[in-house]
Amino acid sequence: MARQYWNPIETAPYHEMKALQSYRLSRMVRRVYENVPFYRRKLDEMGVKPEDIRSVEDLRLLPFTYKQDLRDNYPYGLFATPMDQVVRIHASSGTTGKQTVVGYTEEDIHIWGEIAARALTAIGANEKDFVHVSYGYGLFTGGLGMHYGAEAMHATAIPASTGNTKRQIQIMKDFGSTILCCTPSYALYLGETMRDMGIQPSEIRLRAGLFGAEPWTEEMRQQIQSLLYIKAHDIYGLSEIMGPGVAFECSAQQGLHINEDHFIPEIIDPDTGEVLPEGETGELVFTTVTKEALPLIRYRTRDIATLSREKCPCGRTLIKMSKPKGRSDDMLIIRGVNVFPSQIESVLLEFPEVSPHYLIVVDRVNNLDTLEVQVELSADTPIDMVRSLEKTEKRLRAALESTLGIAAKVTFVSPKTIARSEGKAKRVIDKRANILY
Amino acid sequence: MTIKQLSAFVENKPGRLAEITEVLHESNVDIRAMSIADTTDFGILRLIVNCPDKAEKALRDAGFTVSQTSVIAICVNDEPGGLHHALKVLSQVGVDVEYMYAFISREDRSGAFVILRVGDEETALEALRKNNIKLLAAESIYDM
Repeated sequence: MARQYWNPIETAPYHEMKALQSYRLSRMVRRVYENVPFYRRKLDEMGVKPEDIRSVEDLRLLPFTYKQDLRDNYPYGLFATPMDQVVRIHASSGTTGKQTVVGYTEEDIHIWGEIAARALTAIGANEKDFVHVSYGYGLFTGGLGMHYGAEAMHATAIPASTGNTKRQIQIMKDFGSTILCCTPSYALYLGETMRDMGIQPSEIRLRAGLFGAEPWTEEMRQQIQSLLYIKAHDIYGLSEIMGPGVAFECSAQQGLHINEDHFIPEIIDPDTGEVLPEGETGELVFTTVTKEALPLIRYRTRDIATLSREKCPCGRTLIKMSKPKGRSDDMLIIRGVNVFPSQIESVLLEFPEVSPHYLIVVDRVNNLDTLEVQVELSADTPIDMVRSLEKTEKRLRAALESTLGIAAKVTFVSPKTIARSEGKAKRVIDKRANILY
Repeated sequence: MTIKQLSAFVENKPGRLAEITEVLHESNVDIRAMSIADTTDFGILRLIVNCPDKAEKALRDAGFTVSQTSVIAICVNDEPGGLHHALKVLSQVGVDVEYMYAFISREDRSGAFVILRVGDEETALEALRKNNIKLLAAESIYDM
């Protein structure tokens, strides 16, 4: 019988998990204090000694680490091991400013493969599967992360990487890909391209997918599932903490289990830094307790989520995080109101007249913020009457306003005119960036 | 007695109309009549062509949102009151006219042709027939 869990720790009772976390945390803090001048200085400034940290409850005594700290110590300043023990480097896409560089020892790579294998096992994959990896291979962690996960569980990895979408579909068909790993927006694009090529989902063997690297909504899951005839699961990760596999969705599809034996999560108020009780929404913070090359203490992910220890039908006891509701740095403040692109997406997906391809344009006209949502009409929307299109537009505007709390202009554009992405989708153009205020 | 009309969604952007006419040209489609409905953000190009199914497929393959709708084509006398006569017939039976546009033909110089999209096609056709208003068959327009 196929394994249900990759590692028994996934179902351990909480007191055992907590004991393991506490032991690993105290060891890690001692190690970074001795090896990373940045952390030694921070702890000294706060008057915290490594021996003060004995249990997970002492986490809140520790300082936060920000993305900026990684940039300030570019490239290797926060590494805790000599470079001769570092076997791999990755780097974040770094859309603004310097990119952030992360490193892995042999043991780190091993653990990464293990947690990615846990994620694959949780969606029912086993050694008989063909894991089609359409994340980019390279400095980005997506491709190699899932690749090593597939190999760790003795499945067959197909390193398709990104690009050449029609060829990818041919490969899926010919090589018998059964599990797809890529960004959710690329999964949609693959599905659309397949349809355009006249290939039926039944002609390929795909049965499940692990999609991550960008936030996506429940409605988008439904679209991917019906387009590709697969079960679509979320996988969460960030290069600073490890890469894909930090958290993963199980068959219950209700939240993502965090591999908390390696990464201890907290939810904090992003403004005050105060730790919030379970169930409340705030910024997700991780402390890596086993990472050797680049251990990070209370790393601010900027992702907005909630944590829950409620019993999961899958039997895992690993704490769960909600699908990230967005990133605090993706959050747009428009006329003083917080707006997440994911909110807009979930509204659009309720309208069959439009496709889930959209662009959010924020501008400032006469000192007033404007929000425009450009969205592609579906190819088969009846469009003979101006009135019916205007009616759809009006309903969309009303739905957006009730969800967002501010008015948005809706502009229909022709199918396939909004640029498709093979990696993370670019959904927002904020023209206010050039305006001084 | 209805005609197939194509409606294509056109964004208000320079060059979009030309992209459509390019597709039609390349597929060797002949346009019989056309009109455009415009709003501030987009337009709807309505076309009567010699081969509607082929044209629809070509436009769809080129990525346009296209719908096919049925419309009525009538021939009215090209003289004062010609159109009024036909519209009065429709108004008397309570049929809405959603939109209409006219064209003339190279061969038949006696009449003007009007394409009508009406709310209730059945009732409209019946009333027009009863009042001896000349209806055009699809083939006669496609082959014009």
